[in-house]
Amino acid sequence: MISTLAEFVDELRAVGIPVSMVEAIDAAGAIEYTDLAARDSLRATLGATLVKNLRHYGAFNRAFDVYFGLEPVGSPEPSMDDGLAPGEGAGVGAGSGSGEDLLDSFVDALIGGDGGRLRRLVSSAVDRFAGMQPGRPVGGKYYAYRVLRRIDTDELLARLIAALSTDPSTGELDGRIEREQAESLVQQVREQLEQEITGRLIADRGRQQVAANRRLPLVEDVDLMHATRSEIEEVTRAIRPLARKLATRLGQRRRHGSKGRLDVRRTIRRSLGHGGVLLDPQFKPPTRSKPEIVILCDVSGSMATFARFTMQLTYAISAELARVRVFAFIDGIDDVTSYFSPDIDFVEGLIAMSREADIVRRDGHSDYGRSFTEMWDRYPDSVTSRSTVIVTGDARNNYRDTGHEAFENLVGRSRATFWLNPEPRRFWDTGDSVMSSYSGACDGVEQVRTLRQLEDFVERATLPTARKHRVASHSVLGN
Amino acid sequence: MPADWDSPADVLASLEDVGYLADDRISQVVFLAAKLDKPILAEGPAGVGKTALALALAEATGRRLVRLQCYEGLDEAKALYEWDYHKQLLRLQSDEGAQWDDLEGDIFSEAFLLERPLLTAIRSQEPVVLLIDEADRVEVETEALLLEVLDAYQVTIPELGTIEAVTRPLVVLTSNNTRELSEALKRRCLYLHVPYPTIERERAILRARVPDLPEQFADKIARTIASIRQIPTRKAPSVSETIDWARTLLALGIDELSDAATVSTLNVLLKYQTDIDRTAKELGLDVDAGIESG
Repeated sequence: MISTLAEFVDELRAVGIPVSMVEAIDAAGAIEYTDLAARDSLRATLGATLVKNLRHYGAFNRAFDVYFGLEPVGSPEPSMDDGLAPGEGAGVGAGSGSGEDLLDSFVDALIGGDGGRLRRLVSSAVDRFAGMQPGRPVGGKYYAYRVLRRIDTDELLARLIAALSTDPSTGELDGRIEREQAESLVQQVREQLEQEITGRLIADRGRQQVAANRRLPLVEDVDLMHATRSEIEEVTRAIRPLARKLATRLGQRRRHGSKGRLDVRRTIRRSLGHGGVLLDPQFKPPTRSKPEIVILCDVSGSMATFARFTMQLTYAISAELARVRVFAFIDGIDDVTSYFSPDIDFVEGLIAMSREADIVRRDGHSDYGRSFTEMWDRYPDSVTSRSTVIVTGDARNNYRDTGHEAFENLVGRSRATFWLNPEPRRFWDTGDSVMSSYSGACDGVEQVRTLRQLEDFVERATLPTARKHRVASHSVLGN
Repeated sequence: MPADWDSPADVLASLEDVGYLADDRISQVVFLAAKLDKPILAEGPAGVGKTALALALAEATGRRLVRLQCYEGLDEAKALYEWDYHKQLLRLQSDEGAQWDDLEGDIFSEAFLLERPLLTAIRSQEPVVLLIDEADRVEVETEALLLEVLDAYQVTIPELGTIEAVTRPLVVLTSNNTRELSEALKRRCLYLHVPYPTIERERAILRARVPDLPEQFADKIARTIASIRQIPTRKAPSVSETIDWARTLLALGIDELSDAATVSTLNVLLKYQTDIDRTAKELGLDVDAGIESG
């Protein structure tokens, strides 16, 4: 058990979950109080001791399934009295498989909640359709795909809905509930299938290799420029705490613990209670600056996925802070704050913005120079000495004028300016990227391509105490 | 009664006795916490019963509950201990002419110490349940205050030395995950994510908390809630809101979830107008039906 546990901890670390030595020892100690035969108890024990972040539970469960989560491998012997109809069992009718009769058996097993029968059905489906060959270097996904091609899941869903629906005249709400129930049952089939295939792969290649093949990037390491829909959803869930953190960080002026200046009047007043001894010094509460955030967001085509992410971040920030202004630009710039107020649904706001906002002037290719100049001309008062400016964009200017004077004017007025660029650093200033024309003026320029990088930025984003004297950044421009 | 459970099933049963329906995961982690003397860090959305877990543990074990409510700006003097300056001053004044050495030893003794929740939990002769509620509200720097207590169950007071726990408290920290707690804190705890309950568990909770609710109707409500939680809203309905909703429906004499009934009571579940509008739209509810009946 201990050696399996050690291997498992190694696997978690390989995925990127931080597991400390102490936690691994805790897990080993906790196993003594765990019923090892009950898989879910073991899952709870290892989860509670090893993985301390909700975002990592997906990866934890994937690895757990490989190391501890599976039924003993091998097709169970179909016997005559276990409820398998003829043609259902392994081998029988193999090759004939349109999968038609199988569907009805699946519906029966799922509706009846018969886990054992479901397992046998899936196992026989894998026997018949997956065509697994030992030693073949193919991932589990491929086999699952081959099986699912033969089991018509859409048809299965339809039959399940038909079987669940008791009364055909029920309203839309009932229909929705039945559909969701049916979907979760189909999901059971998929999960069982994945387990079955993983189990067989483990028998073939061993745990470590299967676990390594099944690894997915953690939420914080997902590349935001190429994220899938479900990945984006997970990232979105993680954004809120981050936005809150950013909001408080930008609001902080003093270190915690310092109480502000001595309040002489209240101290003397207080001292009257103990004979004029100044026992209990009173302090004025520190003045907390009310942070203002101005976000300039490139929403051109090349930035589409990333822009959606930054807009999501913006939306989350505006729920935390009262004073947030958002400007979107492509080759023109427009104030889009009103589309992202907390009482507007995010997706609707995004759609309305792309329809109504005045951000395309010419051809719809990014023009940073024009956008910054326009910003300076049209909204000069939007940036004040209290505002923190955050620019998100790849600085790919399509070989147009950089407009760095306008940008430096904006920066000069702001309290601080940060630039978040989703491109890898090594691509900056290649081709039509003009990052260095702007970076000299900024207080910070960060590559933000993953949630982890954004977290790092938030962690470090401290404001300069006062606007530092800006050296003209022409020297930077020179190179 | 101390927390001398024999198995997670034991935990489950004793929590159920006091009206808290745990699941296997929760009971396993509570069991571990009792056996390994480790704090539980319960994290999850608001209103799923994290604080209720601590209350139920106190009731089930018959221990006193010591509660530290966290907030921004919480400091040592409010969480650990404070010297009673006024009393110390009186002591000094009442005894003029005494030797300074005697006095110093005297005024920094336990008689002049004001206990705050963490010290109370440590010094209690009877074992207690210590609830540190909404630990994510304090600043990162303040978290460090908790570490010594959670790690070694002791408090160090410079003038007095280290006070060790007489009895080991059962500690529950809760967090709504508005920010990440520090690694140092998490490392010392058993992590327990409390998600929204499954349909079956929510139905059981409804049956336990609203006994008048017919079984069928409870099932329907639980399924509808699960469906609403699928819709991306700003604030998904919590368990307590589900219970409120069930009570509201009962009080109104509604025993079937018609469009009209759902629309006119949706504001019990959802607290933002955009959420209500969106949910009504997604569920395909006829909004006008609600206006007629309301």
